[in-house]
Formats: sequence, structure tokens, C-alpha cells
Amino acid sequence: MSSENGKRLLETDAGCLNFEATELTLGLPGEPRVTSDGGAKLGSKRGFSETVDLKLGDNSQEVKLGHSLQEAAKSPASKTQVVGWPPVRGFAKRGKKSCKYVKVAVDGAPYLRKVDLEIYNSYQQLLTSLEDMFSCFTIRNYLNEKQIDQVNGIEYMPTYEDKDGDWMLVGDVPWQMFVESCKRLRLMKSSEAVGLGLKTAPKYSSTN
Amino acid sequence: MNYFPDEVLEHVFDFITSHKDRNSVSLVCKSWYKIERYSRQRVFIGNCYSISPERLIARFPGLKSLTLKGKPHFADFNLVPHDWGGFVYPWIKALAKSRIGLEELRLKRMVVSDESLELLSKSFVNFKSLVLVSCEGFTTDGLAAIAANCRFIRELDLQENEVDDHRGHWLSCFPESCTSLISLNFACLRGEVNLGALERLVSRSPNLKSLRLNRAVPLDTLQKLLMLAPQLVDLGIGSYVHDPFSEAYNKLKIAIQRCKSIRSLSGFLEVAPHCMSAIYPICGNLTFLNLSYAPGLHGNKLMKLIQHCRKLQRLWILDCIGDKGLGVVALTCKELQELRVFPSDPFGAGNAAVTEEGLVLVSAGCPKLNSLLYFCQQMTNAALITVAKNCPNFIRFRLCILDPIKPDPVTNQPLDEGFGAIVQSCKGLKRLSLSGLLTDQVFLYIGMYAEQLKMLSIAFAANSDKGMLYVLNGCKKLRKLEIRDCPFGDAALLEDVGKYETMRSLWMSSCEVTLGGCKSVAEKMPSLNVEIINESEQMEFNLDDKQKVDKLYLYRTLVGHRKDAPEYVWIL
Repeated sequence: MSSENGKRLLETDAGCLNFEATELTLGLPGEPRVTSDGGAKLGSKRGFSETVDLKLGDNSQEVKLGHSLQEAAKSPASKTQVVGWPPVRGFAKRGKKSCKYVKVAVDGAPYLRKVDLEIYNSYQQLLTSLEDMFSCFTIRNYLNEKQIDQVNGIEYMPTYEDKDGDWMLVGDVPWQMFVESCKRLRLMKSSEAVGLGLKTAPKYSSTN
Repeated sequence: MNYFPDEVLEHVFDFITSHKDRNSVSLVCKSWYKIERYSRQRVFIGNCYSISPERLIARFPGLKSLTLKGKPHFADFNLVPHDWGGFVYPWIKALAKSRIGLEELRLKRMVVSDESLELLSKSFVNFKSLVLVSCEGFTTDGLAAIAANCRFIRELDLQENEVDDHRGHWLSCFPESCTSLISLNFACLRGEVNLGALERLVSRSPNLKSLRLNRAVPLDTLQKLLMLAPQLVDLGIGSYVHDPFSEAYNKLKIAIQRCKSIRSLSGFLEVAPHCMSAIYPICGNLTFLNLSYAPGLHGNKLMKLIQHCRKLQRLWILDCIGDKGLGVVALTCKELQELRVFPSDPFGAGNAAVTEEGLVLVSAGCPKLNSLLYFCQQMTNAALITVAKNCPNFIRFRLCILDPIKPDPVTNQPLDEGFGAIVQSCKGLKRLSLSGLLTDQVFLYIGMYAEQLKMLSIAFAANSDKGMLYVLNGCKKLRKLEIRDCPFGDAALLEDVGKYETMRSLWMSSCEVTLGGCKSVAEKMPSLNVEIINESEQMEFNLDDKQKVDKLYLYRTLVGHRKDAPEYVWIL
């Protein structure tokens, strides 16, 4: 096997080779290896896609791995995928193609959570889920005006940051519009909201 | 030799149903060949280009059910360009012209036009069953023709097809007089459907046993359909998103509880995971559960669901189930025979998924496991050896490590020994897919031990031609060999060209075979079609024989070169 193909360095008595030597890497023989951290760490995303670049349709190409290494050496390591790998039919349909994870911050909580807005159909579902998630808090929910947290009597207002960077009260716009424009959520202590003089409930909080 | 009148033999042959056995019977003598061919009703053609419709019709005038497969398997992964072939129209046209009373047509990876569907629907009075798997080329207009014209249609089963959805009317095309439906699967359609028409159709189909809905069917319609069809055995849920406090959800709970016959559940194309408890009452009877289209279902909600499914025999799931989740499967599903774990994030954002640990757990907990498709982050030799010991009954073993040349992360060794253990232990192994870092050694093991192997898929493996030679020499029952990105060249390809006549097909892409090598095979074996797929515009036909070939697909055939190949396919 030609040594041009870095991938094929492994012999059957492989004991003497270290891990890096067996990895597919960029570059022609003699060039310094670009080591990816692929493979060594669980779940590394760069391991393969970074190093192999099969550009089908390129007029000048011979399709073999040797060539793909030459190509990759010329172009910066970009995250190109190999055609047909992994071999899943219609993976685009299966995977988390339509998911929208946003961070959820709660005033006073030591860490943030993330929720996927796509799995909910309405504000009610979202708020119920958030209450589950942050079970020691109570979210001010215009459906149940009097919901006050039993333990420490604190109430929270659900707010979100929209595409323009403004902080908005959850519930004013239709659900889908909210999902599209929401970048992150913050459950703000009601005490902070004192003085904002909110007289009317958000339009969509109880219908969606 | 033949002391019985033909009718007696024919009656005896009625009991012989497997294709393999029927083929054997036909080879015994001329008289048996004749009786067999007149009595044969079901024919399976694994490669539509291996025979012509005319010869099929001539040999089997009593044909009722035809299964056809078109494109090579790697077409599923975008390795075969559009318009490569696999057109069903010539088959339907020929059958329509003949006196064949076709009742069932099952197609896989074929191009099906609306015109074909319309011709099909109008040509066969007793047409009953249409099953399309991984096909393309048709729209809902073609489905409308089937619905409208096939008076006795029993089965319309669409699995993972690319359908141009013109929305809605096709369901309304089933006439009021159509009451014979047993199976309806339109889960792969992306457009809206006429919900009222669907409800009416279900209500007048008392024999309906299998119903798989698409994403456009909302929960409240599902509830109504279940009330109309409590006799369902197989259910595919479309949209499962709703408010747990709603009336619709309560009604659904009641409806589901009436469905005591459901054994197979799939879909959840849209799912709100906090509402799975409505499903629990039917979980205990499920033998097949397919959640591979439901990425929203994971974590504890998924665990709880699985824990209710004690009788599961087949489970299709996404890798977000995690190793821990597979542990739950191992504890709960003692009857499990088939497991498929699909990648939810194929390009590895690192959030997935499963490793060798999950597989080992399942192998230990589920002794009946015999079929596996497993997409994972990593695999170790030790794990594979353990799995081989725990489950010697594998018929199908398909492992896909997302990084295809990844070695054993613990030892940094190739996975030769692990796969070697699998083939050695699983004496009945018929299908094997390899991945991970692999040398020629694994192929030595395969050639030595995989005596029953019919299909082998190889990618990014081996060091030299020896790998391919071990396989070709050793695996006597090999029928399909598909290889990509391996260093196999002309020496391996040409070593034993006669072997390819014993196989259905060989696919080699991004390997080291040259144009000259392929020409040589074509020359020596006129009974094979040797096709080169070449997509680069630069290549001229008279190019240097030393030119490496992009994609090679060769297959045995009785009817010579096909006439429908596109420009970029050269038949040597």
C-alpha cells in the first residue's frame, strides 16, 4: 500500500505504532501531521470529517484516498462531510433537524438549563415543563393568577430575549412567532418587575 | 421418474412456497420445470436488470405477485446519481400487454412514475397490493390513480419513498365502494391529507389491520380513527403533540385502551414527550416498536415507555437512548430479537449516543438477539468478543462506528479480532457490515468462518488486495458484495471472475480498480454487465486503461446490456 495514503500505515503487528500514527490525517508524507483529537475522546466531532475530504464533482480529481489527502492539504481543514457516510438512509429526516434549544436562566439558580422549544405546542406546555424543570420555583402564569411558591413565596415572570436583543414578556405574540424569535429565556423574579405596571395579561398566554 | 399425474405434483408444489425451494424444484427435470412454472404465482427478482419482463411473462404465465429491486444498496447513501436507472414502467407496460393477472407488486429502490401507477391501476382487475420501499419518481397523483381505479385494493404500503406531495386529494379518491383495505401506510408523505376523507375511509374498512399515518394527521384525528378501528394490529402515529389537559387527550386515552390488538407501534413523527402515558396500556403487548423518527423522545420519558414493553421482539430506536437506556432495554425486553439503533446526530456534535457498553448490556440481557444495526461512537474488541459469546445466533450484524476508521479506543488496535470473534461464533451469519479500523486480517477471518454469509458491506478497510481475495475465496454463499474506499485493485478484481456469476452483484467505489481491469472482467465474462459510473466531465471513453474507476457496479444478467443507462454510465 502506498505510503502516500497515511491511513494505511498500520501493519498487522501494530503494537509499535502509536495512536496518532494510525489516524487519518491531512498532509503529504513528510509534512507535519495535523493531529485531530478525533477518536481519542468520546464523541469528538472532528475526528473524521475534518480529515477526509472527498469532493466528488471536482474535475481534477482521482477519487482515491491518496488524492483526497492531497486536496485536503491544499485547502484549510473545513468541516466537510464524506459523501454517503454514515450510511443512514434519510438521516436528515430522522435527526434533530428541527430543534431549537434555548438557554433558560432562573434568577437565583446556580446554573442554567436548556429546552427545545420545538417540542412544545403552546405557552402552557412550555411553562408547565419549565415548572417541572425548576420545581422549587413557581412561574407566574396568567392562567393561575394566584400561583405563589409555597416555600419561599417567590414568583417569577417568564421573559425572553428576542432576535433584536430586547427582553420581552412571554406570551404577547403567537406561539410560532415566539419560537422563531426567542433566543433565550429568563425567569425573572417578580420583585424585580415591580414598577413595570403590567395591567393586562399577555394575549396568548391562555389560548395557545 | 414421474408416476403421478401433473395435477398431483402441482398440488404438492402448492406447499412449496419459498423462492429458493421453488427454484430447486424447477431444476429437477423437464417435467417438474414445466409443472412448477405453470403453478408459480410469486416471483422475486433481486436485480431488475438480470432478466427482462418478456422472459418473466413467458416463463410464468400464472404470475400473481412480483417483487422487484432496482438500484444498488449504496444508492440509499447518495452514492448513485440521479437517473441511474431502475425504472418500473417497462415492467408494468409489458405485464399490462400480457394476460398476466397481476395482484401484487412490491418494489424496492425503483423509479416509479405517475404514468406507471396509472397504467398499473387500470390494467389489472384484481390488483390488490402495492408495496413501495425507498422508491421515487411519483407524486400523490399516482396514488390517486391507484385509489380510484383498484377496486379490490387491500394494501397500499409506502415506506420511506420520495414522493412529490401535491396535497390532499388522493385519499378522497378511494370510492365509497372500497371497503377492502387491510393495510394503509402513508407515513412518508409530507403533505396535508384530507382528514375527513381519511376518517370515512377507515370507517368503511372493517378489515383494516395496519394503519400508518403521516405527520399531518393530528392527535384528535388519531383518536377518532382509533375509535373507528379498534381492531388495528399495527399503528403508526403521525403527530403526537397535544396539551395533556385537553379533552382530545382524554379521549385518546380511552380510544387507545380499546385497541387491544395492537402489536406494532411506530411513527411519533412529532412528539410531545410528556404525554406518553396514554400509550402505556398497549405497551405490554407490543412486539415491534419503532421510535427512530422521534428524536424528541429521550431520557426518562423514553425509559419509562420501554419499561412497559416486556414482550418486545423488535426495537428501532435513536442513539439518544444512550448506553443507560440500552441497559433498561436489556433488563426489560427479554424476548428481543432485533435491535436497530440509528444516529440522531450523524455528524457527531458529540451529544450522542451509544458506545460498546450499551451493546454489551443488550447482548447479555437479551439472549434471543439475532439481528443488529448499531450506529455508535466507538467499539472495542473486548466488547465484540463478549457480544459474540453472549449471542451466537446473529443472522444480521451491522455495525457502524460514526468515525469509520476508528480503532479500539482502549487498546488502539484495529477491530479485526472483535469482528473475527463475531464470524467465528455466529455460524448462521448471513449479513455483515463492518466499520472501524480494520486490516486484511479481519477478512481472513471472514473468509475462514463466515460460511453462510450472503451479503458483506465494507468501507474504509483493509491494507491490500489480500483482503478482498480472502472474502472471494472463502465465502461460498456470497451474493452481494459492496465496497467503498478500500485499497482493492485489479489483482483482486481479476483473480476469479467466474465467482461473480455466482453472485447477484458487486459494487466497488473509490477503490483502486482501473478501467483496464474492468474491461478485462467484461471481456472474460459476457454474462455480466460491467457498469462504470463516471461523473467527472473530463473522462472520455478512450481514456487510459490505467485510469482509476470512480464507481464500478457489476452484476450477472441473462439479457445483456441494459438500454436505459444514462450518459455517465458506461457498460463495458
